[in-house]
Amino acid sequence: MTDIGLWGVPLAILGGAIRVSTPFIFVSIGEALTERSGRINLGLEGTLVFGAMSGYAVAFHSDSAWLGVLAAAFFGLLFGLFHGFVCKLPKVNDIAIGIALMLLGTGLAFFFGKPYVQPVAPDLPSIPFGFWSDIPQVEAALRINVLFILGIVLAVAMAFMFRATRIGLIVRVVGDSADAARAMGINIDLVRLLSTGVGGALAGVAGAYLSLYYPGSWNEGISSGQGLMAVALVIFARWNPVNCFWAALLFGGAGALGPALQSVGVTQGYYLFYAAPYVLTLGLLIATSSTRRAMSSAPGELSITK
Amino acid sequence: MPHLFSADRRQFLMTSAGMAGLAVAASLLPAGLARAAGLTVGFIYVGPKDDYGYNQAHAEGAKAVKQIAGVTVIEEELVPETVDVQKTMESMINFDGATLLFPTSFGYFDPHILTVAPKYPEIRFEHCGGLWSEGMPANTGSYFGYIGMGQYLNGIAAGHATKTKKIGFVAAKPIPQVLLNINSFLLGARSVDPEITCQVIFTGEWSLAVKEAEATNALADQGCDVVTCHVDGPKVVMETGAGRGMYLCGYHANQSPLAPDMYLTGAEWNWAQVYTDMVNTTIAGGTIPNFVRGGLAEGFVKMSPLGPAVSDAARNQFEATQAEILKGGYAVIKGPLKDNKGNVIAAGGEAYAEDDVKLESMDYLVEGVVGSTS
Repeated sequence: MTDIGLWGVPLAILGGAIRVSTPFIFVSIGEALTERSGRINLGLEGTLVFGAMSGYAVAFHSDSAWLGVLAAAFFGLLFGLFHGFVCKLPKVNDIAIGIALMLLGTGLAFFFGKPYVQPVAPDLPSIPFGFWSDIPQVEAALRINVLFILGIVLAVAMAFMFRATRIGLIVRVVGDSADAARAMGINIDLVRLLSTGVGGALAGVAGAYLSLYYPGSWNEGISSGQGLMAVALVIFARWNPVNCFWAALLFGGAGALGPALQSVGVTQGYYLFYAAPYVLTLGLLIATSSTRRAMSSAPGELSITK
Repeated sequence: MPHLFSADRRQFLMTSAGMAGLAVAASLLPAGLARAAGLTVGFIYVGPKDDYGYNQAHAEGAKAVKQIAGVTVIEEELVPETVDVQKTMESMINFDGATLLFPTSFGYFDPHILTVAPKYPEIRFEHCGGLWSEGMPANTGSYFGYIGMGQYLNGIAAGHATKTKKIGFVAAKPIPQVLLNINSFLLGARSVDPEITCQVIFTGEWSLAVKEAEATNALADQGCDVVTCHVDGPKVVMETGAGRGMYLCGYHANQSPLAPDMYLTGAEWNWAQVYTDMVNTTIAGGTIPNFVRGGLAEGFVKMSPLGPAVSDAARNQFEATQAEILKGGYAVIKGPLKDNKGNVIAAGGEAYAEDDVKLESMDYLVEGVVGSTS
């Protein structure tokens, strides 16, 4: 193994950004879609944990990691559709339902997940993009999972959808002005139901990434709040899927800072370095905020901005 | 059901009137009838009890206790080290009739057990890892094993296996037991080759899967080629380490099924024996000592079978040292020894044997460990 010394830090941040960010990417672009349609789903943390459990369980029984991902997406879809269906009822608060579903999702996942803590399920494959290098650290950092690439594709595709397609326009109208959408003859409830459903499915896939690739096993502590943080990242990214991707990368990279600094001998104050992602997010939010106007890109129908 | 009307129960009902309805409901449950005879023992875990780690080691002990005739075992997992554990203890006492409790996580002791125990002088609280001392409630006790000796043996296997002369340790929090494990791991490796250094990364929590994986990757990036850990569930560290081609030394339980080729050996708890002894003492009407400690010699700790990657030279030194430790009173921390800031820990000729209680307030990392306690 080559001694790379301090180069380990930027390399770890790069590698960490790629490894750790994928769940953030999926949850946040899914939530971006849901919120663009005018709804908030705070329950994605629960969906993610249930996705992690169901993905692991199905992968273990079927011996196929990809079937696990599909199963996680399916259960995520169910959670999302359920959220969308309940919120459609009159006088239902989407934030309260989200919190309830978060607790339900994690609770159900813990309950059904009990027998799967011990078994070892197959992992998702990764593509060795570091093949050109003979430094093992670089090869390891650039071992990129297919889901990460899928996340990039989805982010770009969704951004294109919002900007240039009819479906994107419909979602945006529903999210910005229910009255305008009704005047156009759009079925608001259906649009929101589907948007929330797809958002849930993507959160399920994020969970499957956690349990099937990195760190790659199922237990009750698998999520350290990725589902919740990703919801905050959406606001940070101003509801733009491509920005969600960058925000997720930033968050993943900052998260890798703590362990990497300790490994090169910067050992004092590691609790502080572990707070880096949150401090960074706060700092950027403050730096990009404006005292004169509200967030310009916020969907008009969101219950937090309305 | 005479126990329902004991002084404890009455006091409990009076102090928590709001709970009265619940208590009546609980008394109607069949479980309330079944526990009239025999001993009910409660086990409380901070994490899942099949985590390949700390909690699984205790749960295996609980499983052994279940085999004892006349003993009912109740278990609750995922109980945080907060006021939650006090509620769990009180409900095990008041609703399940438990008279012997094993709250197993380190953070349960102070203040939680020390708060609840004085209220229930008839109930016995046995805590793993805490430091019981005179003046603490007489119905509490602490037990622990000298598992640092196991990490010393791990270190010997690691010292022979490493080619880069750098070994890694993923640690949760800088508490005395963890520091002793780190120091012992390095000193074991240095008994093979004094050039070896040990890189430690603290994750800050007992169970943080993603951070543990990141820490293992960071160690691999810095050239560490053997890794061990002290976190609640070593599964993530073992799987990530094996994925990066590192040799593995296990902890808490036997993790060799996760990566048989890379697994050298591991320091395991042997709670089955300890708990069986404690429960049998209680049934026989005896009292468990307030302060119980034991090591490899007493059967508190055991080593995983050596893996296929262990060389003959390593096996010889490992077995010879293990035989020495089995005689009892072995000292890993002995002079001349400095900490990694240059302060003298032990002068030449000074030695802290495994049962020296001073080791349980360790607050330093020895020379050769790259890391910091804060």
